[in-house]
Amino acid sequence: MFNNILEQLINGLRTGSIYALIALGYTMVYGIAKMINFAHGDIIMVGAYALYVAIVLLHLPVIPAIIFTCVVCSVLGILIERIAYKPLRNAPRLAVLITAIGVSYFLQSASLLIFKATPIPFQSIINIQSINIGGVTISGITIVTLVVTTISMIALTLFINKTKAGSAMRAVSEDMGAAQLVGINVNRTITLTFAIGSFLAAVAGILYICQYQSLKPTMGALPGIKAFVAAVLGGIGSIPGAMLGGIILGIIESLSKAFISTELSDAIVFSVLVIVLLVKPSGFLGKKKNEKV
Amino acid sequence: MLKVKNLNVYYGNIHAIKDVSIEVNEGEIVSLIGANGAGKTTTLQTISGLLKARSGEIEFLGHDLIKTEPHKILQLGVAQVPEGRRVFAELSVKENLQLGAYTIKDTAENIKEDRKMVYKRFPRLQERKKQLAGTLSGGEQQMLAMGRALMSRPKILLLDEPSMGLSPLLVKEIFEIIKEVNKSGVTVLLVEQNAKMALSISDRAYVLETGKIAMEGNAKELMQDEAIKKAYLGA
Ligand SMILES: Nc1ncnc2c1ncn2[C@@H]1O[C@H](COP(=O)(O)OP(=O)(O)O)[C@@H](O)[C@H]1O
Ligand SMILES: [Mg+2]
Repeated sequence: MFNNILEQLINGLRTGSIYALIALGYTMVYGIAKMINFAHGDIIMVGAYALYVAIVLLHLPVIPAIIFTCVVCSVLGILIERIAYKPLRNAPRLAVLITAIGVSYFLQSASLLIFKATPIPFQSIINIQSINIGGVTISGITIVTLVVTTISMIALTLFINKTKAGSAMRAVSEDMGAAQLVGINVNRTITLTFAIGSFLAAVAGILYICQYQSLKPTMGALPGIKAFVAAVLGGIGSIPGAMLGGIILGIIESLSKAFISTELSDAIVFSVLVIVLLVKPSGFLGKKKNEKV
Repeated sequence: MLKVKNLNVYYGNIHAIKDVSIEVNEGEIVSLIGANGAGKTTTLQTISGLLKARSGEIEFLGHDLIKTEPHKILQLGVAQVPEGRRVFAELSVKENLQLGAYTIKDTAENIKEDRKMVYKRFPRLQERKKQLAGTLSGGEQQMLAMGRALMSRPKILLLDEPSMGLSPLLVKEIFEIIKEVNKSGVTVLLVEQNAKMALSISDRAYVLETGKIAMEGNAKELMQDEAIKKAYLGA
């Protein structure tokens, strides 16, 4: 029983850390551009197909294929911002929201046109032996996922807190006008934010597809919406909040699947969100002023 | 140095700035005084490029600022200390100053020297350099906002109501520093509701009334003007 709980916790940590990577994209874009990029989940899907194209169709080795995937997603993120969102910088929030949903459908339809609706099986590129610690088995994919997500989050935290571009991002997120007055190019900062968010989504997409091993055009929707919940749970706009929210969400999901019911697990996840928001409307680590979603 | 000509700015249908013309010469302290809502902030925000003019010209050292982006206007040497300070509350004092030097292309060593200069001018900032800017008092935040603007090595400093919400003693201190900064070679365009203090340190002044320039001239002469005395100096 104890080992079982431990294994479920580790599973939850694995899924949760993937949610956290995706949630970072939502929260960073919200912090900087004050919008919810509902197409963010579909970047994961594009990343998964990009990896498939690189490995199966182009026969690239693993490392170049990963780089290819990350570049495709980052460029796509930048293009989406430039083409769809930038012209709406001063438009009402509702217009931006509807546009984001439109972009999401566009990406799904495009991949439906190119790759068709039939799910494509995909062999994981991670071939690492599972290890056994005191009777608890940890799979290779879990180890890789935890290592990669930990490194990504540390790197992002250092970038945000220690570099000039990172403090510019924090400044824009706090007060765009004041940031412009110190000479920060807001457009460039927004571009950078979308690029980083989409890069993290690509990493998440790679880890996700290695776990689920099947591609379809709508595959980004579920992890996308869960990661959005995680971002809200942690406090939208807060980077540590997104990390925390993702991991908590993953663990709750995994425990409820194992010990309550697989069918109910999503309902439980959303109930937790509702309860947390009732008690603390700004999420775990969110600030009061960030409430205006 | 700075020439604003027939400027018109709107908020939707509201005509906030009406045919305003202002000129600031190198080395001067010029103040723009006027009641709350007269359009002082709007004027400064338009000069800095945060608001777009409907018509008119803004020229700075031969550059047309009307179509220039805010970050480029700063690079030309126009820095603003905005109304309400607007320091980055969640960043430390040091990080705020460092961001002030965001556009400076120079060695880290020289930027550190600039920071030391700011600390020399505002010793209280040095004591609090690791503190988050949001935890500073109003006066300290004003100093930080000024220090942050100075870090960009401006040619002209636009100050929007630096005295707002400060005790008379602090106001005096801030105005002394404005004079010093000006003596060190930075031209100043000072926006104030506190007309008495502003006029006392200015060379020239403009009076803004509901979006229009109502009067302009030598600061000493304006201080003696009966209408000004009545409306703005509480005499
Ligand atoms: N964001 C805004 N939207 C609409 N009207 C505004 C806005 N900001 C200022 N105004 C109006 O423009 C006029 C000038 O405001 P402002 O420049 O802030 O004056 P001041 O700085 O002299 O107090 C005022 O009538 C004010 O109500
Ligand atoms: Mg004002």
